[in-house]
Amino acid sequence: MACEQRPAQLAAYIDGELEPEEASAVDEHVRGCPACAAEIAALVRMRRGLLAARGRYVPDPALRARVRRSIGAVERRRRSSFWLIPAVVGFAAVVILMAMVWPERSLRSEGFGEVADLHVSDLASANPVDVVSTDRHTVKPWFAGRIPFTFNLPEFAGTDYSLIGGRVAYLEQQPGAQLLVGLRQHRISVLIFRESAELAHAFPRASEVRQRDSFNVATWQAGDLRFVVIGDADPGAIGKLVQMMKQANP
Amino acid sequence: MDPASFEELAMPLFDQLYNFAHWLTGDRTDAEDLVQETYAKALRGFRSFEEGTNFRAWMYRILRNTFLTSRSGLAAQNTTAIDDDDIGAVEVWTAHAVTPERLLLRQESRQLALDALESLSAGDREIILLCEVEELSYREIAQVLGVPLGTVMSRLSRARTRLRQALAATAPGKVG
Repeated sequence: MACEQRPAQLAAYIDGELEPEEASAVDEHVRGCPACAAEIAALVRMRRGLLAARGRYVPDPALRARVRRSIGAVERRRRSSFWLIPAVVGFAAVVILMAMVWPERSLRSEGFGEVADLHVSDLASANPVDVVSTDRHTVKPWFAGRIPFTFNLPEFAGTDYSLIGGRVAYLEQQPGAQLLVGLRQHRISVLIFRESAELAHAFPRASEVRQRDSFNVATWQAGDLRFVVIGDADPGAIGKLVQMMKQANP
Repeated sequence: MDPASFEELAMPLFDQLYNFAHWLTGDRTDAEDLVQETYAKALRGFRSFEEGTNFRAWMYRILRNTFLTSRSGLAAQNTTAIDDDDIGAVEVWTAHAVTPERLLLRQESRQLALDALESLSAGDREIILLCEVEELSYREIAQVLGVPLGTVMSRLSRARTRLRQALAATAPGKVG
């Protein structure tokens, strides 16, 4: 007897993985389909048989004790730095006070802090880029439909810079492009977002390359786009990349 | 507010993880090494674990990746195809043809299920264990194996089909 019900669907049904409406559709179907009813019964029986595999192997108590001891030792060592907390709280109080005194200034630092976070989390990610590239012709089209604007990429061939790839990044809940550019051992992020009131507030209109935390960062606005370039390369190298991006996006 | 310590989160999973490790390695010593290494790695990487995401799936993933790069894990991959998504040439095994599962109703036939499970390829066994034995959700399994949800469904379905074929093969005096 032929039945259009996919086996995986029935399995998902007994695994409790279907949405309520999908599950009731299967309910309905099974009532009138003996083949599927038998299939479900078989899957349930198999599950019962496999109960024996659960807890089949029991760890030696000595192993558990050994693992617990080694975890405990490491975690205690980490906790011993908890005396720092009062100092951190004091520092935070000063930061909050400064934020109240210079609201504008702190907001702008926050903008830079967020792009620094984007850059760092990208470098730490197992998949720093979602589209891998060696030239601009594969990266730019990839962003079409993923972000609500377009931008131009300079020609990297023949320069010290290489385009590693790109991915979609979010700033102020808005999607934008994050391009990862390599320069020898350095990794530089070029972030492009549509300019918004929030971004205009979070960043100065334009800034030359400046040191922020341990990064060099520059930002500017061109058309309705906001560009931020951030990386650990020296200010001159960041500045050159800024010039290339500006020429491509006048 | 103090975030939960690694010990508080990880130790309740110890028995489950050990069971899974023993099934993967098929050997007590290897399983013990695997569990120890998994806990050591997870503790070192705990800071990179994002709070609010699934800790259990994260631990299983570390255990599995550690296994795959271990000596016994590499051996398992060499003898059996871990990833056979492209083959898919499993004949459809429908319940009304043969029902060896009926045997499982009897207590002594539990051993048959374990034998059949052991006879599966490493990839099939792994996904059956994660779903049926360790009771991970499809979403968690996807996280552990690093594959999309749809792949979990199709791979699981094929593994179940092959488990039933294995059961039919081991059943003494076929019924049906």
